Amino acid sequence: MINLRRKTRDLAVLDGRRRVGLDSIMTALSFVLLLVIVVTPISMIVYHAFFHQGQFSLDLIIDQFTRDTTVSAMWNTIKIAILVTIFGTIVGVFYAWLLGRSNIPGKKLMRFLFTIPYMFPPFLGAMAWDLLLNGRSGYLNRWLMKTFGLSSAPFNINTVWGIVFVELSYYFPFVFMQVVSALERMDPTLEESARIAGAKQGTVIWKITLPLVTPAISSGALLILISSLAHFGVPSILGFSQGIFTLPTRIYAVIARSGGSFEGIRQGAALSILLVAVVALALWIQQRVLRSGGYDIIKGKSMRPTVINLRGARIPLFILALTTLVVIVLVPLGMIFLVALVRAYGLPLIPANFTLANYQRIFTASGTLESIKNSMILSLSAGVITMLLGTMVAYVVQKIRPRGSSVLEIMSVLPYSIPGTVLAIGVILAWSGSLGLNLYNTLWIILVAYIARYLSFSMKTSSAALLQVHPSLEEAARTCGASHTESLRDITLPLIRPAMVSGFFLIFLPAMREVTTSVLLYGPYTRTLGVQIYSLRDAGMMPQASALGSVAIVLIIVVNSIVNALNQTRKGV
Amino acid sequence: MSYVRFENVSFAYGDNQILKNFSLALEKNEIMCLVGPSGCGKTTLVRCLLGLNRPSEGEIYVGDTCVFSSKRRINVPAERRRIGIVFQDYAVWPHLTVKENIAYPLRKRKVPKPEIDRRVEEVLRLVRMSEYINHLPSQLSGGQQQRVAIARALMTSDDLVVMDEPITNLDAKLREQMLYEIRELQHNMGTTVFYITHDQRAALQLGDRIAIMDPQGELVQVGSDEDIILRPRTRFVFEFIGVTNFLALKRVDGQYRVDLGSTLAPWPAQVPPELQNGAVLDVGIRPNDIVFDSSSPFRGVVRRAVFLGSEYEYFVQAGDKSLRIQQGALDASLNGIAAEGSEVGLNFLNPQYYEAAREEGAR
Amino acid sequence: MAQVQVELRHVTKKFTTKTLGDIVAVDDFSFQVYEGECFSILGPSGCGKTTCLRMIAGFEDLTEGEIYLSGRPVSSSKANLYVPPEERDLGMVFQAFAVWPHMTVFENVAFPLRIRKVNRAEVERRVKQALQHTSLAGLEDVYPSDLSGGQQQRIALARAIVTKPKVMLLDEPLSNLDPHLRETMRFELKELQRKLGFTIIFVTHDQSEAMAISDRMLVADMGKIMQIDTPENLYNRPINRFVHSFLGESTFLKVVIKDGQVYAEGDLEQPLGVAPPPDAEPEMILATRPNAIEITGDTGYQSRIETRIFLTDRTEYLIPLGSQKVKVQTPHRIAFSQGDSCRVRFVDPMWYPVEDSDAEKERARRQLI
Repeated sequence: MINLRRKTRDLAVLDGRRRVGLDSIMTALSFVLLLVIVVTPISMIVYHAFFHQGQFSLDLIIDQFTRDTTVSAMWNTIKIAILVTIFGTIVGVFYAWLLGRSNIPGKKLMRFLFTIPYMFPPFLGAMAWDLLLNGRSGYLNRWLMKTFGLSSAPFNINTVWGIVFVELSYYFPFVFMQVVSALERMDPTLEESARIAGAKQGTVIWKITLPLVTPAISSGALLILISSLAHFGVPSILGFSQGIFTLPTRIYAVIARSGGSFEGIRQGAALSILLVAVVALALWIQQRVLRSGGYDIIKGKSMRPTVINLRGARIPLFILALTTLVVIVLVPLGMIFLVALVRAYGLPLIPANFTLANYQRIFTASGTLESIKNSMILSLSAGVITMLLGTMVAYVVQKIRPRGSSVLEIMSVLPYSIPGTVLAIGVILAWSGSLGLNLYNTLWIILVAYIARYLSFSMKTSSAALLQVHPSLEEAARTCGASHTESLRDITLPLIRPAMVSGFFLIFLPAMREVTTSVLLYGPYTRTLGVQIYSLRDAGMMPQASALGSVAIVLIIVVNSIVNALNQTRKGV
Repeated sequence: MSYVRFENVSFAYGDNQILKNFSLALEKNEIMCLVGPSGCGKTTLVRCLLGLNRPSEGEIYVGDTCVFSSKRRINVPAERRRIGIVFQDYAVWPHLTVKENIAYPLRKRKVPKPEIDRRVEEVLRLVRMSEYINHLPSQLSGGQQQRVAIARALMTSDDLVVMDEPITNLDAKLREQMLYEIRELQHNMGTTVFYITHDQRAALQLGDRIAIMDPQGELVQVGSDEDIILRPRTRFVFEFIGVTNFLALKRVDGQYRVDLGSTLAPWPAQVPPELQNGAVLDVGIRPNDIVFDSSSPFRGVVRRAVFLGSEYEYFVQAGDKSLRIQQGALDASLNGIAAEGSEVGLNFLNPQYYEAAREEGAR
Repeated sequence: MAQVQVELRHVTKKFTTKTLGDIVAVDDFSFQVYEGECFSILGPSGCGKTTCLRMIAGFEDLTEGEIYLSGRPVSSSKANLYVPPEERDLGMVFQAFAVWPHMTVFENVAFPLRIRKVNRAEVERRVKQALQHTSLAGLEDVYPSDLSGGQQQRIALARAIVTKPKVMLLDEPLSNLDPHLRETMRFELKELQRKLGFTIIFVTHDQSEAMAISDRMLVADMGKIMQIDTPENLYNRPINRFVHSFLGESTFLKVVIKDGQVYAEGDLEQPLGVAPPPDAEPEMILATRPNAIEITGDTGYQSRIETRIFLTDRTEYLIPLGSQKVKVQTPHRIAFSQGDSCRVRFVDPMWYPVEDSDAEKERARRQLI
């Protein structure tokens, strides 16, 4: 089959005379929208960091970069990210091996448990662990001190190691997914040929299997690294009280303490440059590593890989694996629900102290209901708009292929590598009046930030779906008598609709529970669900914060189940 | 009366001139197979016919209608050309049932529903897929999807259907079956079929006439299977359709002798007088047209003897040249096989002579 | 008398599947492979050839029976013996080459020697020798992904021969190569065998390939052995309809035998002019090859040429016989035209019973058609 990358532009220019067709409109629209939504905020950050009142000046940068607080925040960021990466990778590989290659029981159960961290915002987990292991008032700490007569708390989650622990419990699935997939789909004859050559099982794993999955491990590890560098939620919950800052939380602190003043935001912009530089370095490493790595080890035919018999170690390993998963995944969840029910924080978590008053309070407080409403509106609109925009851009890039489509592509995936904190600042700088439009303190500014942030998600899903729609499917419609527009409507759109729906949910869910971006953009009446939970906690109202957190969790579970049910019915067709 | 006419069609893709002054005529009700190596431009030609590509020059006629003319600035858009097409990857729409797939061309033409139903049932009966009318393509095998694609093409037009490598993705047994079915269908319906392929075997089995395209996009021969096999016009055609042996003949003292590299050997066949102009000639012989003849002055040594079932295959060394010889099983049982290492005499039946080396010559 | 290098005695392998219940992938395989032989196991998918090879290699355990390598038992159900693959001292080449992408050509080929703790100088010498044998000299420091499919196949070959095994197992090793390369590799393989003297067990579904390289072949279907013999005997005297149709092209004709005469079904007037077999049934299948049917002008069954197709190296005719149509192939020089009347004569056909064999029933059960 020749010419898979055929210029399908020919498809549009088939009417002897060139018309300003659908294609030109879509292309122009894509460029303009991306320029406004993506490029503008990012340029504003760069501008305000390096220019003051129209003049180029490095004063701000130098001033911010040399402060002790900045330097320590940067080191914390890097230190935490590296530790999370190392331990997250170890845990991820361990589980990948167990589930992908051994005969351990309960694989289905464990796989199910793995899907849970993806659903919940890390900051809720941090909250839960804080409730348990807070250096002064954590429930588990106090119980241990009382039971074993200890003079001080044995665990303190409000430390760098605490942050590392909570982050890795959310990020290790990145490595797990990549490695387990590589292990399961690896061509078994690669290992069999080693055995025929005389190598025992252990040698085969060491000399053949491990080197061959190293690219998958690196890929997952780098994903963890980059995610952790940009992460806001966990350090903000666990670090503030002890003065432990990372760059993202430092940026927030600088802006919050200045009361949202322009000067504060400028400082935030300068610090953003530093953060982006660190992330860019990590991205560069990722590019280098991934380019040289990839081995073609996956074969098309579905062959079952060799399973290692654990024999005696089978049950002990199972117990270890399951317990660890339960601790990492289910314990924090349980904590949130328990504290949501307790009459006052600090009281023992026994039924006698349980009440539904917290739920009552949050549902009657106008702030809560409004925050839920805001989040729903934002997530729904962001989901729909981003999905449509992303699909259009994907179509332009893949099928229309105008000149400069690579620029479009870059513009659409750029925000993915920019930390949410930085994007928020860019959006503030762009849309608070300096360019003629003032959206500050409205829902709009949060919406614009969300669209910029999540655009790359829908671009990727729609791109993948469009790739599956082979040009010949559209061309067949043309030869059957359909015009270009008709073939889009009858053929292309229905075929990518499932991906668009997934794309919607891929944005809706993270948007519902996110806090990183909205914590910098909210106004008195535009709190999101995440921000509201934060505020309640900041005000010391732990049970209510937990109650709202539990509501958020239930909401997420419900939406997830709907998504899964939709996916199942689609498969049956 | 020619039904489809390509007249001096040219098409370039950037700097790449894929088709240059290409002319070909198809008769009504025939199966014309266009054969050529991958990348020679045959798919491009088809796309020009369908209106998916726009030639830079030339004219294309379907029946009495001119669908493209560069000088008269005519370019009928693809959706109005009413030519059925079967793609290599079937291009059956996965989200529509078999019935919806096939009915689509009629829907686009705003044919009334009862009429659509009737015609869809009729064509499904023709391709023997009636019981799958409400199935989705994912529930069908490759061969079945191909039949749906054929039915849909017939709905677009039962006058002219183009098939672009439709059976390449099927396994060997199914390929044979589909070729048979396509032939039967065409005989029953009388549709003109333009069949594009790189597989010369399929073309020979299917085509009423065969057109051969060389890698440069030039049409080198059009004719029946007998013409192509027994009277290949150029060396390219000869080599493209099946395995060949080539030897160089040199004229020495009025006699043609075979250049075997380090030696010259007598040429046991007669060079026809009308060709005896060149001092050097290339002669091509098919493996099954070389026979063992102990009385022949042309000698060689059997290096390898391979049993292939229906024939024996030999690699015989003569001087520096290696010749490939096929001996039918019947012949082997009557005359015996040649053993590896033995010295044999060879005779050449039905040799094809061409002007030497650089360009393929005409006869 | 040549030595027996590999022997299988009543080897059976049963799988229990969720959807189809018990599948007997290999049913009572018994055969011997002699030293220096090139022995093929041939059959369609599901015939058990790959499972059989994997049992010889040691990747699958057997349900019943015994496997011997050079006289030593390596798998035995009754003795509860199972020698793992790394201790069987075999060479093996896989279909997808299985060349390790993270190691250079040299490291790939040296691997088996290093496992055996051979010293450095010796490793170098033997690897270089193996690379010489497989025309890979000079490519020691190249990575496999920079080489073509054919070269990667040679790496796999070099790696397999470097330990000088007595037995080489090849699992469809040439099916991933393009046709021209396949032919070249076939020849090189045989040359290598001649030079180094190992025994080959070659598994394939490609009958022309098997016939071209084998000294003897085993044809299997649905887990059962159909016939073991030389390629010529298998082709000329196939024991049943399956073997006949699997090797080369076949022409089958349903015939009625009455009063010592053979008639094509649908024409009980004109006899076919061929002698019936000694133990004839009233209805049988006459089997022959398309190029083993003579079209004559004077003797044989009277019919006419219905269609004629020219193929590259032969002409193919379709000739009606009774209610069936028979495909006949002749060289170009024997030329008839469409519509010509002609006479058809069968030269030494095979005879088979009409009903479905067990294998056909099993195939239908597994829905592998």
